[in-house]
Amino acid sequence: MTARVSIQTEDFDVGTEIAALRAQDKRVGAVCSFIGTVRDRNDGSAVSSMELEHYPGMTEKAIEAMIDQAFKRFDIYAARVIHRVGLLQPLDQIVLVVVTSAHRGESFQACEFLMDYLKTQAPFWKKEQTPEGSRWVDARVSDDAALAKWGISSGNST
Amino acid sequence: MRVSIKYFASIRESVGTGGEQLDTTAATLGNLRDELIARGGAHAQSLERGRAVRVALNQVMSSEDSDLSEGCEVAFFRPVTGG
Repeated sequence: MTARVSIQTEDFDVGTEIAALRAQDKRVGAVCSFIGTVRDRNDGSAVSSMELEHYPGMTEKAIEAMIDQAFKRFDIYAARVIHRVGLLQPLDQIVLVVVTSAHRGESFQACEFLMDYLKTQAPFWKKEQTPEGSRWVDARVSDDAALAKWGISSGNST
Repeated sequence: MRVSIKYFASIRESVGTGGEQLDTTAATLGNLRDELIARGGAHAQSLERGRAVRVALNQVMSSEDSDLSEGCEVAFFRPVTGG
């Protein structure tokens, strides 16, 4: 069985990951995936590159716990999360979430749930390179609000 | 008791190290934060009250009233920004 969580510097291929989740599982009737990528602008500045730092050990544990939560809340068959760390450029892929289920509703919801959770509870930090110099990205209140709609209080940004 | 402290991202940069071993009499995470603030300098600045600082105890996000235990791992960092 493939690992559910990977933290890596290397890029990933959504097709390969979806094929692995679907393989041999004839119950699957829905696959939902989300990919987050590096933009060339943020908060009014041009972004030339981004450095992603994380807390090795805790990151994997935290995301594993989120996937356990997703299995409890939604009728899903499999979930896969890949998050890159290190130096990334605009256009690069950052994060992948893939979920399979029998029907689309559960996959859509679980995929969004996992991303909302990850944004506010997984220990990653972004540092952007801009024309004004490098800066650590600030957490967004809107991400806390996104998690709150699942009935979970985040308290990340404050 | 002896605890292992880790600092990440902007806090790691401010205090100039990724971590340290510390002998402390602090009972809780909050007490430990206060002890580090009392050092002054970069520790006081980056951990000061009113700043958004998140704390993990043994790699789990925890509230500051959580109790420390011998050999535990404590991490201080700013709000997370992954995804």
